[in-house]
Order: sequence, then structure tokens, then C-alpha cells
Amino acid sequence: MELQTLTYLVVGATFALYIGIAIWARASTTGEFYVAGKGIHPVANGMATAADWMSAASFISMAGLIAFKGYDASVYLMGWTGGYVLLAMLLAPYLRKFGKFTVPEFIGERYYSQTARIVAVICLIVASITYVIGQMKGVGVAFGRFLEVDFEVGVIVGMAIVFIYAVLGGMKGITYTQIAQYCVLIFAYTVPAIFISFQLTGVPLPQLGLGSTINDGSGLSMLAKLDAVLVDIGFAEYTAQKGTTLNMVLLTLSLMIGTAGLPHVIVRFFTVPKVKDARASAGWALVFIAILYTTAPAVGAMAIYNLIKTVQPGQVGAPTANLQYEARPEWFKNWEKTGLLKYQDKNGDGRIQYYNDKNKDFAAKASEYGWKGNEMVKVDRDIMVLANPEIAKLPNWVIALVAAGGLAAALSTAAGLLLAISSAISHDLLKGVFRPDISEKQELAAGRIAMGGAILVAGYLGMNPPGFAAQVVALAFGLAASSLFPALMMGIFNKRINNKAAVAGMLSGLGVTLVYIFVYKGWMFIPGTNNLPNNADNWLFGIQPESFGAVGAMINFAVAIVVSRMTAPPPEHIQHLVEDIRVPRGAGGASH
Amino acid sequence: MSASGSAAEYWKANLRLLGICLAIWFAVSYVFGIILVDVLNKIHLGGYPLGFWFAQQGSIYTFVILIFVYAKQMDKLDQQFDVHED
Repeated sequence: MELQTLTYLVVGATFALYIGIAIWARASTTGEFYVAGKGIHPVANGMATAADWMSAASFISMAGLIAFKGYDASVYLMGWTGGYVLLAMLLAPYLRKFGKFTVPEFIGERYYSQTARIVAVICLIVASITYVIGQMKGVGVAFGRFLEVDFEVGVIVGMAIVFIYAVLGGMKGITYTQIAQYCVLIFAYTVPAIFISFQLTGVPLPQLGLGSTINDGSGLSMLAKLDAVLVDIGFAEYTAQKGTTLNMVLLTLSLMIGTAGLPHVIVRFFTVPKVKDARASAGWALVFIAILYTTAPAVGAMAIYNLIKTVQPGQVGAPTANLQYEARPEWFKNWEKTGLLKYQDKNGDGRIQYYNDKNKDFAAKASEYGWKGNEMVKVDRDIMVLANPEIAKLPNWVIALVAAGGLAAALSTAAGLLLAISSAISHDLLKGVFRPDISEKQELAAGRIAMGGAILVAGYLGMNPPGFAAQVVALAFGLAASSLFPALMMGIFNKRINNKAAVAGMLSGLGVTLVYIFVYKGWMFIPGTNNLPNNADNWLFGIQPESFGAVGAMINFAVAIVVSRMTAPPPEHIQHLVEDIRVPRGAGGASH
Repeated sequence: MSASGSAAEYWKANLRLLGICLAIWFAVSYVFGIILVDVLNKIHLGGYPLGFWFAQQGSIYTFVILIFVYAKQMDKLDQQFDVHED
């Protein structure tokens, strides 16, 4: 069957399934709308959390980053999984014991302050919106490529689908839908990886295949072979470190703390029946996440290997060893149409040379070969996962499946984030601060309106991204890391932290991180408004802006502790509240 | 009612367990995966250099095991200090 028809069929069938589930599991109370009535089994909750967590960034982007950065991309693998350890041990069980619906609700009550609650709502909305913009953009790109419609039309279709199942279903609908989405996305991710691993190494399990011998007769291991192939065309070894150790440590820490501080993930642990389930649920979530995250290194390494072998099938340096442009495969032509892959015949030989023309030591060799610059002038790393099955010549149904998986990942995360935003507005701001007297029904309606509004804003910004993609994800994590995580953790582990300390900590952590990012990336990300050029010579202690969330978090901790020492301790009942949170006994259902 | 301790002792036991778990968490990712990666890469695990393996595989497996061990140990502490639910 035609790829186009097949893609419509597979994507259409999965969407029909999601919407069907959303309608079947309609929420009828505010409790169900926000936290699915607390009746979700830890394994099911773990699976839904995994789908919620793994976004277009994990599914589409990450393996592409790994392919081009090699070892240095390990920060994403460790950062986006290690955060669950912090979540399981430092936050989840205690927030479940506290028994409320939202993150700002906890902060407002623990710090006995409406100001703290409003500051938390601001942190939550800024972090979630920046994150969801990226998802809407991912949806648009995926629809645009596979349904051959305009990028904008793709975003609108995605907005409509998110609206239907998130608004109707609430958390209950989203939870069951996300379980289905997890199954689709993990199947779509692992099937091509197994095929490709088997092709290259004869070992079907990608986790083992990456550490096995490649079956091209060289006798080398997959990784050693890849190192050699990359060095041959002037790149650094795949397994070698390129960035500084300090930046790697700080970025990993930012991503870990950010993971534990992202409100749409934390809220998941309010949905389990018991405190002990909250601990196990984090473990199950990580099991389901780890299946994708331990497969991704093989996907990345094998994708870059296949890509290089496609354009450079023969001995490096031999005049006929490079692929003729006229003979390029179908996938190459398809991605050229999107503008994400570009070729330019610099030496006029009609063949494709892909190599590192920025490596001065390699320049002499390159001119000896008659090469006049890298001719794959653009290879967007985000196309790697989607193009991977085509590069490896896998059957069409696998390619269609990957499209459905990418969309599932983007939509499930967008829905979870939108729910966190809508509950912050309707529950925390409206019911909690401005109109405490509204009925449950009115609150539910306000939540749905807020979600509709958030979808419009996110869709608009997704269509007109202010010129940034990867930075926006780093900013979302940096913000969550520097603002919400320290306030939550100290709320449980340090009885002495009072209202003033928490507010001062959150504002200084958030403020310093935002300023540091804007100084190098431009204010509100507007190009040209940056005060200093964004390179290692200008960075404070050589810390890149993406890694700064960890520093912001440390500032947050430090400011809060100093302020708390200079001001009065929290009142008696708050100290009792903290003591009560620390023991599991007496956890009831969530209440207002 | 087992009278094996107060809430304060339960909390202390929890913090001790937490300290051990977070030390392992730190070791497998930051120490083995980043700081000592070059040293460990001299050793091989199949076709994987060991430091590289920790950074891209081993740390993730350890995180999963760590959470379940912590959850199990905490269940035991909950029972021992009689603070478990129901």
C-alpha cells in the first residue's frame, strides 16, 4: 500500500481510539477532572505518567541529538531519568499524603501565604506554556510531513484533537488515553530499533546490539566502528567527550531537578490510592520511560551510522566512493522538500560529500580528496528518528507507525501540561484566591474555559515560535528547577522555612535564571537583544545558559535558608502540618 | 501497636535510607558517567566502554532498581514504626 494512505490509516485509527477513550471516561466531578478520582493502579498510573512525560522532545528529538553529539548527549538520558529518583524519594509520597489537587495549593498552604500560592501559579504557567509551545510545534511538523499539509494546518488539527479529549475527559480521560498513547509510542519506537539493530549486528535487542560486534566483517564492535567511521571524515570520536565536565554536570542536574519540579508530572502522584503507591508509581513510570531511554542510544548511533554509509558507501577519499546525487534514495528527496535536509554540490562532481569541514587538521586531507566543503549543508537533527526507518529501508507500515508514535508523544504531553495550566487558573487563582464561593460546577466550567484559552495561546505561539526550539525546552526545565522544586523540597524537609523565605527563594531563583538566559539569548528570546554574545568566552565560569537552572536552584535554596534565619519561624500549626506530611498514616482522599 | 519508636526516629531512619540511595544515585550518574568517564572507558563491557555504558545505559537501570528498593525499604520502615496506612 502507498505510504501516504497507510499513514492516514494508522494515524486515523490511533486517534479514533484516543477520542473514543476520552468520551467513554468523561469526568463528572472536579476531583475526577483534576486527579481521576485517585483510583488509578500504580502500574497504570506509571504508564500514563510515562506517556505524559515523554514528549516530542524524547520521541523525535533526543535520538537525533544523540546521533550528532554522541557521548555528550548522555546528559539528556541521565537528566530526564534521574529526576524520577528525586521525585520518588523527595516529593511524591509527601505530596500524596498532603492530599490536595495542585502544586500551588501545597505551596500556598505550607507557606500559609496567598502570595506564595500566586508566585507558584506564575512559575507553573511560565514553565508549562514554554514547554507546550514546543509540543504544538512538534505536532505541526509531524502532521505537515506525513499528511502533506501546511505546517499551520497541522498545528490547527493538533489543537482541535487536544481540545476534544483534554477538555471533555479531564484527568480521568487523559489518564486512560495516555495509557493507550504509551502503548502506541513505545511500540512505534522499539519496532524499528529492533529491525535496525538486527540488520547491523544480528542482535535484535537494541540495548545489547549497541554493545555487540557489527556484522560487516570488520570484527569491530558497533561503537568502535562508529568511532572509526566518524574520525575518517574528520569528526571527533562518537564515544569521546566534547563539552566541559562542569557543563555536563550542571546540565544533568538542571534536567533532573527540573523533571522533579515540573507540575504536570508531580500532579500524577496525587492520583494514586495510597502513599506507598506514590513511591512505587514513580518506579513504574521510570520502568516505562527506561524502555525508550535505553533504546534511544542505539537508535541514535545506528541512525548516524546508516546515514554516513548511505552517502559514503565506499572507501573515504576514493573519487567514486560517494553517492551520486542523482541516485539519492526516496527519503532524501522527501526530506529535501521540507527544507530540513539540504544539499549543495560545492566541488561540482555530482556526488555527496558529508564531512567535518570545520576541522582544521582534516582540511589537508579533504583538499587532497578534492572535497571543497561539507555538501550536506543542512541535516536537521529532528528528522533522524522519523527518517530512520526509511534510511534503513524498513517496510512502509513501520514508517507509518513512527508517525503515529511521534504524534502520540507530542499530544499526550500537551494534554497533561494544559491540564496543569487550567487547574492552576481555575482551582488556584479563581477558586483559591479571587472567588472562593464558586460551585464545583462553575469551577469545572472555568477549568474547561481556561484549557481552551491555553490551547489557543499555545497553538498561536507554536505557529509563530519566537525563533527558538531547543532553548525553550531548556528554559522550561531551568524554570521549574530554579523555582518550584526547592520550594517543594524545603517545604517537606525543613520545618524552619517560613512564608517570606519561600517567596524570596522562588523569586530570586526564577529571576536570576531568567536574567542569565536572557543576557545571552536575548530578552524574551527576541534576536539581537542579548547583552553578551552567547559563547564560552563570555559565560560566567564557562556555564552555558541551558545549564544555569541548577545554579538558580542553589540560589533559591541559599536565599530561602538565609531569610528564614533572619525572620520568625512558621506558626505552630504549620510545623505540625509538616510533621503530619512526613508519616504515611492518615492519608485520605483529596479534599478542597 | 509496636512501640519501636517515635515519629522523629522514623524520620531519622528515612533520612538515613535516603542518604544511602542518593549517594548511589550520584555515583552512577555524575561520578561514573561524567567525572570518571575517561578512566572507566579503559575497561570494556562487551563492546561498550564502561564509562560510556554508565552514562547511556547503566545509570538508568540503577535508577529503576534504586526506586523499587527504596519503596520496599520504606514499606518496611512504615510497618516497623507503625505509621503505615490502614
